[in-house]
Amino acid sequence: MSILTVLELLPLLGTLVIAFLPKSANRTIKQVAFVISLVVAAVSGVMAYRFRSGTPGFQFVESRPWIAAFHINYAVGADGIALVLILLTTILVPIVILAGWNEAEGGRWSVKTYYMLMLVLETMMIGVFAATDVFLFYVIFEAMLVPVYFLIGGYGRGERAAAALKFLLYSLFGGLLMLAALIGTYIISTNQGGGTFDITKLSMLQIDKPTQNFLFLGFFIAFAIKAPLWPFHTWLPGAAKSATGGTSVLLLGVLDKVGTYGMIRFCMTLFPDATKTFTPVIIVLAIISILYGAFLAIGQKDINSLIAFTSISHFGFITLGIFAMTSQGLSGATFYMVNHGFSTAALFLTAAWMVKRRGSSQIDDFGGLQRVTPVLAWSFFIAGLSALALPGLSSFVSEFLVLVGTFTRYPVAAIFGTLGIVLAALYVLLAVQRSLHGETKPGNENMKDLNLREKVTIAPVIAVLIFLGFYPKPVLNVINPTSTAVMQHAGASDPAVKAGK
Amino acid sequence: MTTSTHLVYLIALPLVSAALLLILGRLADKWGHLLATLVSASTFAFAASEFFAMRSRSGAARATTQKLFDWISVGTFKVDAALLLDQLSICFVLLITGVGTLIHIYSIAYMSHDRDRRRFFAYLNLFIAAMLLLVLGNSYLNLYVGWEGVGLASYLLIGFWNQKPAYATAAKKAFVANRVGDVGLSLAIMIAFAQFGTVSFAGVAAGAPHASSAALAAMGAMLLLAAAGKSAQFPLQSWLGDAMAGPTPVSALIHAATMVTAGVYLITRSNFIFDASSTARLLVVIVGTITLLFGAIIGTAKDDIKKALAASTMSQIGYMILATGLGPIGYAFAIMHLLTHGFFKAGMFLGAGSVMHGMNDEVNMRRFGGLNRFLPITAITFGFGYLAIIGVPPFAGFYSKDKIIETAFNAGGTKGYILGICALLGAGLTAFYMTRLIVMTFWGTPRWSRDEQHPHESPALMWVPMAILAVGSVASGFLFTSGNSMVHWLAPVVNPSGAEGGAELMKPIVVSLLALGVVVIGVAYAIFKYRTVPVEAPEKVTVFTRIARRDLMQDAFNEAVLMRPGQKLTTGLVWADYSFVDGLVRAVGFTLGTSSQAVRKIQNGYARTYALVMLVGVLALVATIWMVTL
Repeated sequence: MSILTVLELLPLLGTLVIAFLPKSANRTIKQVAFVISLVVAAVSGVMAYRFRSGTPGFQFVESRPWIAAFHINYAVGADGIALVLILLTTILVPIVILAGWNEAEGGRWSVKTYYMLMLVLETMMIGVFAATDVFLFYVIFEAMLVPVYFLIGGYGRGERAAAALKFLLYSLFGGLLMLAALIGTYIISTNQGGGTFDITKLSMLQIDKPTQNFLFLGFFIAFAIKAPLWPFHTWLPGAAKSATGGTSVLLLGVLDKVGTYGMIRFCMTLFPDATKTFTPVIIVLAIISILYGAFLAIGQKDINSLIAFTSISHFGFITLGIFAMTSQGLSGATFYMVNHGFSTAALFLTAAWMVKRRGSSQIDDFGGLQRVTPVLAWSFFIAGLSALALPGLSSFVSEFLVLVGTFTRYPVAAIFGTLGIVLAALYVLLAVQRSLHGETKPGNENMKDLNLREKVTIAPVIAVLIFLGFYPKPVLNVINPTSTAVMQHAGASDPAVKAGK
Repeated sequence: MTTSTHLVYLIALPLVSAALLLILGRLADKWGHLLATLVSASTFAFAASEFFAMRSRSGAARATTQKLFDWISVGTFKVDAALLLDQLSICFVLLITGVGTLIHIYSIAYMSHDRDRRRFFAYLNLFIAAMLLLVLGNSYLNLYVGWEGVGLASYLLIGFWNQKPAYATAAKKAFVANRVGDVGLSLAIMIAFAQFGTVSFAGVAAGAPHASSAALAAMGAMLLLAAAGKSAQFPLQSWLGDAMAGPTPVSALIHAATMVTAGVYLITRSNFIFDASSTARLLVVIVGTITLLFGAIIGTAKDDIKKALAASTMSQIGYMILATGLGPIGYAFAIMHLLTHGFFKAGMFLGAGSVMHGMNDEVNMRRFGGLNRFLPITAITFGFGYLAIIGVPPFAGFYSKDKIIETAFNAGGTKGYILGICALLGAGLTAFYMTRLIVMTFWGTPRWSRDEQHPHESPALMWVPMAILAVGSVASGFLFTSGNSMVHWLAPVVNPSGAEGGAELMKPIVVSLLALGVVVIGVAYAIFKYRTVPVEAPEKVTVFTRIARRDLMQDAFNEAVLMRPGQKLTTGLVWADYSFVDGLVRAVGFTLGTSSQAVRKIQNGYARTYALVMLVGVLALVATIWMVTL
């Protein structure tokens, strides 16, 4: 049995344990969930240790027939890109559980249900990145919606039901397009000598250009909604505004990455010609996302929707890097996914603590927090600096790689993208000024600073942001061989140096 | 090239100290300032020993490098974390740690009553670390880390008292204006990589002769944009005046002596780009000349002593930028003026802080007057700085500024005349506004209330650093020019081909006499005009004065052209996002819901039927979930 399967089963096991606990045993339930998530993180650490970086291709593979009639397998494996995203997941889940220790109380359903949903979601998040069978991927891709739907709709704030439904409908629409494209691809594989859903075999198919274009769009739109890319983004701010801090972290930090991950894994790998055809359009959409997301972030009054719009801007950067078709762009985009995960986690968690203490998520209700709650204020500030990609923090490395990788092929796009760094400074520092600086506003005077549990949760996130800012090598070494392989498969190579000798 | 294993401690020591003071929080309140000062002093001692070691070596062995680790490596994009200490960076390292240490010492007393003194010293150490990284990085990307690091330190220190909304706004403004410049630096680095396949200084220098003139001009222009942001040059100058919201020692260290001169460093470091592109050089001299006049004109109209000095800083850096645009010979003069300016301007800012310290934090010079009797040491040390900046021989500014004016005239042709005359005009204006400042502050009769104000001299912890800087204001110019020592010292880095200046338009003595002439006129006019100073600023003034008081409309321009349209765009987009983008989605959803019957009829074919079945099934599922559970 592959270690990936173990990783998938462990949270399910935890769910099972919790299912047998009494509803009232809130404390025990939380402890079980937390311990299980720590075990998962530890096992994923073992996996990372055993991973042979420097080799492209899938490792820890396992394949068992599932629906033999349609050649559907339970097939898993991880290459560099999948590995770092699985690690992101397994590290963030315990952090989220500990950070939002009391977040599930007062939900529509019990605390027990909340943690069962959370662990089921973890299984699916690991599974979606580990799947090497496209049908398996699709099933998890769709099934993931269910726990998230309940987590937002049952435990969120404000108009949580509407936000959850909008999220669900959007995602289902994308999923349907993907399903159609998936079936189309399967039929082609049947015509070319053996039906399969195996990603490696599918990538060898010879598909004519017009068909590629249709199939590509089916996958791409699903992923563009998930990511989300402009103009498919309008579900995100509502969802982020209504979800609990922990759900938002997993939604934007991990789940949305399935979109950009899918663009690399499926769009580029299965349909290289169509990728080339649509690249100009996608680059334009990415640039619009970067600037549009940033402008809208500046205009937000609610702290959670502000973070959501900054993410739209950041997903624009990720998409830009992917479709720039250079090794710096692709590796940078993948690294960006990891960094954005931690950076958004820091933002949503600190924002959630602020909101919980103040009882409001309006930025203008805060003010002067730096002098009342210095540790909380510093945590939010550092998270903000990461969002604006300050050099020395990991997000700088990935953002610069994306931009420099884009510049060598599409200089004009890179110039527009670079303008995003000014807007990022504006949206972060405006929010910082309105919430942390100035006179302490009425209602904030007696706010309590972070307690030990909260400090213990935010410290590792900040430590990761700083460490990878100075020493990104361990992660880049894992990513690089895979992105080189993806580029080779897509028939792309880095542009030559212009003034070289 | 010598290799070193310990250069990194220059940066690591203050960085660790800063982190320690921030993490320990109130636990370090009692001794935080002492640790920070000790750390700063030890970096200076270290830098001094490096300097003497460098002098004892010769030729190419003078430069020292240290590779720390592979930082970023993707494809051919390989950047080491590596340091380079050469003849150029050692000048900055000595200035940063030397002036930095004096200002640490001064701040112990200046900030003694502030409840957050420890935090202040943590930021100062953070600044020292970032600034040293800026000048020690061996590639543009290493420099970039320090470049934004000092921006962060500057943001934190300008907003040190950010409970006052105006100060918080000033901090944000500085960071954002700097970020506009950083777009330039980012793009310059991208151009470097696309052109040369490397971003190290050595690699770019080696490749520069092979690049197209368009690429060189573009990279030069982007570097200039970066320099304009960091060094408050036109058109990104507007943040510097507001940055005076920070505590005065910060204004002295960051916004006068060191950080704001980073743009001059960047251009000087990139000499291989500017030497190869006359277009880039032309842009540089235009920006430098505009700013030197712009700052000087604003300086004539300011009543706030710190803002007058800030305008002066902008103008003096304009001189340095001008010098860097005058070809290989100009760089050494730019650095020379940068160093002498570092002494006399830091000294004068500390003097201004001393005046504020004795005057209950009053900054309006119209409410000063006759202070030389109450703050004699401050008056004398400030006076040294004054004589240095207006360029009276043998004070430092005389040597360094005259060299720039001379080189400007020698640029040749009409250009030489225009640049030279502008530089002369700037010298006259400098003499005027600085004399005005001296007269209004130290001379004449007191215009403050003896009941409320009790001006007094500052403690030794404050005046000793001022005195040391005053000595620097006297001696440094002579030291740098005797035997052309600075020019020779820097030549291997900034002028490796040994290029000479343009043909002499006038003999140096003539230029000096001309400069002295305009200075005398400026001084005399200021003394005459300010023999009496009204306590309230006169309202019946010319349009020219009114515009100068409003900083030549720089904020009005930015607000009208950038800020308000930007705000409108943001509000418009927020509205459009809901009404159009999301509105379209809502409309589609509604239509789909009502017309699913019609849709089914037009569907045929096996895949589409399949998809439709899924759609209906999913919608039913959704509807069930929605109705049953929520």
